[in-house]
Amino acid sequence: MSDEMKDGENMSTANVTGSKALSDVAANRMKDRMPGTTPIGTGLEARNIHAWFSKHLAVEDVSLDFNAGTVTALIGPSGCGKSTFIRTINRMHEFIPGAAMAGEVLLNGEDVYARGVDVTKIRLKIGMVFQKPNPFPSMTIGENVLSGLKLAQLKVANKDDLMEDCLERAGLWSEVKDRLGAHAGGLSGGQQQRLCIARSLAVNPKVLLMDEPCSALDPGSTLRIEETIHELSKTMTIIIVTHNMQQAARVSDYTAFFLSDGGPGKLIEVGPTSEIFSRPRDQRTENYVSGRFG
Amino acid sequence: MSSISPSQTTVSPREIFTKPRVSDRIFRGVLNVMSFSSLAILTLIGSFLMLRGFQTFQSEGLHFITGFDWNSTVNDGVETSTFGLGSMLIGTLLISGTALVIGVPLSVLTALYLNFYAPMQIRKFMITILDLMAAFPSILYGLWGYFILMPMAEYWAKLLNKYLGWIPAFSVPQPAFTRSPFVAGLVLAIMIIPIITSVSREVFSQTPLDRIQAAYALGATKWKMIKTVVLPFGSGGVVGGAMLGLGRAMGETVAVYMVLNIAFSANLKVLYGVGGNVASMIVSRWGESTLLESKALLAAGFVLFMMTLVVNFLANFIVKRAIKSGK
Ligand SMILES: Nc1ncnc2c1ncn2[C@@H]1O[C@H](COP(=O)(O)OP(=O)(O)O)[C@@H](O)[C@H]1O
Ligand SMILES: [Mg+2]
Repeated sequence: MSDEMKDGENMSTANVTGSKALSDVAANRMKDRMPGTTPIGTGLEARNIHAWFSKHLAVEDVSLDFNAGTVTALIGPSGCGKSTFIRTINRMHEFIPGAAMAGEVLLNGEDVYARGVDVTKIRLKIGMVFQKPNPFPSMTIGENVLSGLKLAQLKVANKDDLMEDCLERAGLWSEVKDRLGAHAGGLSGGQQQRLCIARSLAVNPKVLLMDEPCSALDPGSTLRIEETIHELSKTMTIIIVTHNMQQAARVSDYTAFFLSDGGPGKLIEVGPTSEIFSRPRDQRTENYVSGRFG
Repeated sequence: MSSISPSQTTVSPREIFTKPRVSDRIFRGVLNVMSFSSLAILTLIGSFLMLRGFQTFQSEGLHFITGFDWNSTVNDGVETSTFGLGSMLIGTLLISGTALVIGVPLSVLTALYLNFYAPMQIRKFMITILDLMAAFPSILYGLWGYFILMPMAEYWAKLLNKYLGWIPAFSVPQPAFTRSPFVAGLVLAIMIIPIITSVSREVFSQTPLDRIQAAYALGATKWKMIKTVVLPFGSGGVVGGAMLGLGRAMGETVAVYMVLNIAFSANLKVLYGVGGNVASMIVSRWGESTLLESKALLAAGFVLFMMTLVVNFLANFIVKRAIKSGK
């Protein structure tokens, strides 16, 4: 725990501009944890993903591997298709009228878009945390954590243990353990977001998608969530979209850079986070991570 | 740069004045007069009924509400009378309650179907039909109820009585199933479905998208999502819509008059062919009423006026709050 706190302090002081400092942060992080070595979690492969909104092609031919137990950050200027891309992974993209996709998403080698696949089961295995904290306001804190069980009609032996475990892993237990029966609306934005993380953990996903989970939060709450991500990455595969380069450097093992040149968003380059920030292969990545645009 | 010393004078804000254009002022004036005139007409109707009915309120007192007998006889030019509206009030509640019990679930299901399941074409078509239904004159419902629905409803009523007759509300003292509160409630239910459906659709469609997505992202099926997100969010609006429907059902006159056997008896058995409601009772008595009775009918009108006013006022309040706050 004290180790973590020190980590946290490092993070907040690492608020320096320039990709040199960022690559240091990332390298520091890599020391205690080699990517891909964690045997837990499930690997995910996105192959030749295209995504359309009606006739408008928003994502073109993105292929990415996500190794089990790694954290991958998706970075890039707004509108380059990061959200659209991750929403194809858990099949949330198809809710938008007129939306279409091409390509394959392989979870443990099986295509989540294959015929006969139960889409609700896919979303249980691939959880999602949204940009804006969205707990169910008519439910209590405790009910929110367990809401996934009700929604997916799952049974568990001991609900109280599960609730405590999820809140603990989301780093919220100590703050809410005395008011599990209170309504979720009374929590701060950062607490609500951690509640949403706890809620998605309750159905035991193998992969967690996070779409700018901290963009609506203050720096303190952001730090807490980053610690949470760090903890969670020991047991699951995480994909996080972020606008914040420091955050990408702090939390991720791999970084993928997306860009749209007015047309559809494309994957420009992907690699270990420290390399993306220290010696990117593509000039456009270099420009972006050094803050020259975007 | 010269230094500025704090000013000693106190500054009061300037009055900002925009000279309204003449056309604006005329338009505003017209709107004001129009909105006030509807309020004035409402007040006039209310006070007219109150004044004309005053004598009855005075002579009957509380009995006018709680009494169950309604008679007036003229003997040698002297009129003796007793007016108790109780059975009609019970009847009003019974048939509008029946209408709600049947109409609200149908409306909510229709609204959910239209908002979440129906293909675009069917949705547009159904909404047009529902709007049409809302605009139909009630005499058409009455005629349809009398000739088409009543024979069917009689059959359903007998079935209900056969299998659920042990419940007091479904029992009958004699096998008289025609022109019952059940039939009237059915006709009313069909009349209030458009309004309740439309209000429900409105509130359901305001359900925040991020909550809907949260439910789906947790592996919910569509129906589970509706149950945990849409219904809790829209429940206030549904209650408000039901109240609006209740307002219409309570005041409905012609359709009820045609399908209900109106009699002054306090009947709570919904399948039994006796009942009443205040509005249709006024119509049924008006033609042959004596002087005293006509005053009593106006007093009854005042009671109906107040009931409708309160229900509609509450309904509007609930609907507005539900649509605005969304919990
Ligand atoms: N619901 C939608 N309907 C139509 N176009 C959309 C929708 N959502 C996103 N887009 C378009 O898709 C492109 C990618 O958007 P998005 O994935 O949200 O980008 P990012 O998350 O990287 O900011 C943009 O051009 C955006 O305008
Ligand atoms: Mg986005």
